[in-house]
Amino acid sequence: MEVVRQKLTTPATTDAPTDFRIQQLRARDMLRGDLTDTELEKYVEERVLTTTLDKAVKWAQSNALFPLTFGLACCAIEMMSIVGGRVDVARFGFEAFRASPRQADLLILSGRISIKMAPIVRRIYDQMLEPKWAIAMGACSSSQGVFNNYAIVPADKFMPVDVHVPGCPPRPESLMHGILKLRKMIQADPDMGWRDRYEARGTEEIVETQGTAQDAADNVYRESTK
Amino acid sequence: MSASLDVVSPGAAEQAEQFHPEPEQELLTMNFGPHHPATHGVLRLLCTLEGEVVRDLKPIIGYVHTGIEKTAEDKNYWQAIPVVERMDYLAYYFNAYAYCGAVERLLALEVPKYAQYLRVIHLELNRIKSHLVWLGTSALDLGAVSMFWYCFREREQVLDLFEMSSGARMHTRYIQVGGVADDIPPGWVDRCRTFTALMRRRADEYGALLNRNEIVLQRLRNVCIVPKERLLELGVTGPLLRAAGMPWDLRKADPYCSYEDFDFKIPVGTIGDNYDRFAVRLAEIYESCSIIDQAVDRLDDVEGGHIADDRKVALPPRHELATSMEALIHHFKLVTEGYRVPPGEAYFPIESPRGELGCFVRSDGSAKPARVHMRDPSFVNLQALADMVHGTYVADLIATLAMLDPVLGGIDR
Repeated sequence: MEVVRQKLTTPATTDAPTDFRIQQLRARDMLRGDLTDTELEKYVEERVLTTTLDKAVKWAQSNALFPLTFGLACCAIEMMSIVGGRVDVARFGFEAFRASPRQADLLILSGRISIKMAPIVRRIYDQMLEPKWAIAMGACSSSQGVFNNYAIVPADKFMPVDVHVPGCPPRPESLMHGILKLRKMIQADPDMGWRDRYEARGTEEIVETQGTAQDAADNVYRESTK
Repeated sequence: MSASLDVVSPGAAEQAEQFHPEPEQELLTMNFGPHHPATHGVLRLLCTLEGEVVRDLKPIIGYVHTGIEKTAEDKNYWQAIPVVERMDYLAYYFNAYAYCGAVERLLALEVPKYAQYLRVIHLELNRIKSHLVWLGTSALDLGAVSMFWYCFREREQVLDLFEMSSGARMHTRYIQVGGVADDIPPGWVDRCRTFTALMRRRADEYGALLNRNEIVLQRLRNVCIVPKERLLELGVTGPLLRAAGMPWDLRKADPYCSYEDFDFKIPVGTIGDNYDRFAVRLAEIYESCSIIDQAVDRLDDVEGGHIADDRKVALPPRHELATSMEALIHHFKLVTEGYRVPPGEAYFPIESPRGELGCFVRSDGSAKPARVHMRDPSFVNLQALADMVHGTYVADLIATLAMLDPVLGGIDR
């Protein structure tokens, strides 16, 4: 989901909500001296409005994560049981597991990742569309766990992980705690730059299209009939 | 396709052409997995399709290869138990028991009857739990979504029992060489009895939900039949073999762990289709409940402690460490160095929820095993998949894979 930020053409009128108006006035007071009258008005209106919109979007994103239906090993069974009746992750809105990475925005690495599997996991991560997050569930995908050997690779080696959930395997409650931590993180948006470090920004695999959706459909058709 | 149709009359040929307007001209190779939700793990299948019909199938494994057997060689005998437990992650008690049984055979260690009964109770609880996960996820694949919630509801109850006796839900490391890690806590037996009574009722409900469900029956009945002779050639064991009418169960054929003390039946199918595979496992849940009840009833009468008295192998009880110097020395030696096992080889097969799970251990006389190898039933059973789905539809491939119940952690190890 991409948020299009539009500049306001007319100044906000007095019938805007009062607390919003107060925020604008406060911001204007803080910036007095750097900008002049009309510029200042405009700047403040844009800023306060877009940050509020960002907040609303983050609130929406963080409360409706769609995890990917993707099990690796032991932890996958405990991951399935968070949907079950006892822990019931649906209370928080994270129960809609999606089978396609295109529709999911949370990748739960539930189990050990072998060296053979690592490129596939990275590819699945790249196939997910922004915004996307990853949880490393269990000791194996965080630090190799008990299998400190030739076959296993921790997830941090090849993709950015937002939350690590310890345990072998973690209880469903701890996974839930991890997901709720992630929710808090999304709302606060503390991007500490790890996505850039892993070159995980702008790596989504998207079919290049130009023009309208109709054109894209034509393209696919032409490609297939070639 | 139309060329292979058996034409009996000119009218039938016309009809056939009407319903098969265009014969498929070429085969399509389709990749399936390794992260497809219906593969129950990270299994990859290369399917050769003619239209919607499966003509060939090659399983590609190794996506969760963890090097467990190699890691076990690097650990002391007692340290290897948690590692081997993580192979077939739905049957961790079985993994631990197969390994411990092999080590006990090398040590010629006698396990007290009480410990054996505790093992039987936990093994059968684990069998129920494994079948519950299988039933929930398989029914999910067939579209019976609510079964998933029912089965996982009961699974939590089994895990509560595991948690009471060992402190962990999964990978409990409860079974160890010489017996079990600790005695069951007070109140456990009552709770276990309550569970088996409940489980029987719930299994009745599962049967009522699925046995009369027209969609499930259509998807399972007379689908993907493989005769038992072929299954035996492939080395298939467990519910898959029993579904084809072969009453082979190691608990009866080669009793271990006091299974000869209990009165139970081996559910057997008739033709070996997907429905039989489903029905055999559902019936096994009842039999496991019966075994647990019998074992729990006789717990007070059997002699011995929860672990063997041999202090050279089994840890001394915790309370002795404060009073006995000898116990402290034994504890220290066992934890730091471990125990030495006389040189030799042992193979210890048991009946896991998926078939014959055997552990081969070779000892060179040191405190670490020279070789640990598991004969995992999922690995062998997977060979039968190509035979099962040959000439059926892709949709039946999904149902058959679900009824095969492979656990990739066990296959790749």
